[in-house]
Amino acid sequence: MSAAAIVMMVVSMLVVWGGLALAIVLLIRNDGRQDHGPGIGTDREHLTRDL
Amino acid sequence: MADQDVVATEKARRGAFSSRKVFIFAAIGSAVGLGNIWRFPYVAYENGGGAFLIPYLVALLCAGIPFLYLDYALGHRMRGSAPLSFARLSRPAEALGWWQVGICFMIAVYYAAVVAWALSYTYFSFDKSWGSAPGDFFAGEYLKAGEVGVDLTVVMGVLVPMVIVWLAVIVIMVAGVEKGIGLVSVIGIPVLVIAFLALVIRSLFLPGAIDGLEAFFAPDWSTLTHAGVWAAAFGQIFFSLSIGFGIMITYSSYVDRETDMTGSGAVVGLANSSFELLAGIGVFAALGFMAQAQNVAVDEVVESGVGLAFVSFPAIINEAPWGAFIGVLFFATLVIAGLTSLVSVLEVVVSAVRDKFDLSRKVAAAAVSVPCALISLVFFSTASGLYVLDILDYFINQFGILLVAVVSMVVVAWSLRALPLLADHMNRRGSIKLLLWWRLLLGLVVPIALAYMVFNSFRDAVETPYGGYPGWMIALFGWGAAALVMVLGYVLAPMPWRKDTSLEDPGLAPPPGALPDSPPPATARHAVGADQHTTTEGARR
Repeated sequence: MSAAAIVMMVVSMLVVWGGLALAIVLLIRNDGRQDHGPGIGTDREHLTRDL
Repeated sequence: MADQDVVATEKARRGAFSSRKVFIFAAIGSAVGLGNIWRFPYVAYENGGGAFLIPYLVALLCAGIPFLYLDYALGHRMRGSAPLSFARLSRPAEALGWWQVGICFMIAVYYAAVVAWALSYTYFSFDKSWGSAPGDFFAGEYLKAGEVGVDLTVVMGVLVPMVIVWLAVIVIMVAGVEKGIGLVSVIGIPVLVIAFLALVIRSLFLPGAIDGLEAFFAPDWSTLTHAGVWAAAFGQIFFSLSIGFGIMITYSSYVDRETDMTGSGAVVGLANSSFELLAGIGVFAALGFMAQAQNVAVDEVVESGVGLAFVSFPAIINEAPWGAFIGVLFFATLVIAGLTSLVSVLEVVVSAVRDKFDLSRKVAAAAVSVPCALISLVFFSTASGLYVLDILDYFINQFGILLVAVVSMVVVAWSLRALPLLADHMNRRGSIKLLLWWRLLLGLVVPIALAYMVFNSFRDAVETPYGGYPGWMIALFGWGAAALVMVLGYVLAPMPWRKDTSLEDPGLAPPPGALPDSPPPATARHAVGADQHTTTEGARR
């Protein structure tokens, strides 16, 4: 593979997958800031609760 | 307590996702569809390879995610299906919602056929039933596609998987928002990601995979000056994210009022792009192998859409070590991605019917899904299914989804001037604040980009008959279908809503930080009273 292709592959992965990881972290951090108490924070809800 | 009663009543009446995570999985399930796997790799390759990343990211950040936020804001604030959300914003705007419902109905009718093809090919992968000429097998032996035209001869090999797909869809829709769509998404999306990861890893170890990756990622910087490349990036983002035709409005109306919708939207948008990138790597690694096996350049084997999935991939499976394994993974991921997208499209219709008419969830789901299934089976299990599908798909995408997106955005931003109201709503809980930048993008950049795409498509469609099909087929299944869904919107809009559906803006629960026992603000005491806390309320009327 050419150097340019390798650089673009790495940059693509970092930007898109890194961006996704960052977005998840920010979402969870925002939950922490807005928590109201036990049972109310969205992050405490089980993944498949009520399914 | 009154607010909790309102929320409980709303959940019982309309259905709801039990948590934000289920919503995010469902939204990703809707966004990640067949286009991610078979469209993105080709579009990226054709438009500059690695250089395409720049217009693609610009389109994602400047158009895709902002537009996603608009859909979220409408559904989450107005707590209704697409027609109800638009009606609550402004009564005459309801027709836009029904236009979106019509588009979704049309898409569901033909989308099921493609999922059924993928289901058949999952089975065929075990013994490579397509033989040494996958192209001839697909069009001839499998679809039995003859002369271009309408031939209603039933093809049993297509009818049976279509019946299976529709039975699964009907069960999911009848089961409801949480136990149907939520459950399928929560299980399906992780399975999809794991299966596709396995496929990508296997493809990367095939001989020639590096050549495929070189073709996919090698940047052609000169393409960045071409308007067509930027239009392709905006088009890819737009079609890939399931925005502008009611799905995200419907899904966000099922989410708890205190949810961070902007943070959730960023996760959904980036997850969709992450999967697209993964698909690009997997597909081009496999195409690199095929090129090496046939001793040709990669550009000679690059395909997209139906050709990539049902002709190129079977050829790859024939040649590759562990071919059956690759085949089952590839086609099973198509089935899962297609199924989660199909139920999201159909949910737009079910939700609208349920909001409008006095029907229970089960009855509404059956009343929508069964006729949709029958129409789908009549048209697409036949020998002419491929041609009708091709025309319908093109025209509904270009002159249905794109057009309704432009019109609804102009109406919301310029006619109703509702963007400040919706931004206020999203900012109450959102971790990403929608400020002036959001209004500028949605008021100017996105409508101009979409209008440019519609204009280009219209010019192309008028100058050259799409796909070389006969004029009468294009008029009937192309322009006719696109016009029909638009007319449907204006026919259904004046019909009365069920008695317990209020057309008032449901407003919001108490502001963030309010104690659970503190009295709710005056505006929230009414069951579905209007939210009067913003200065933008007047502008909405």
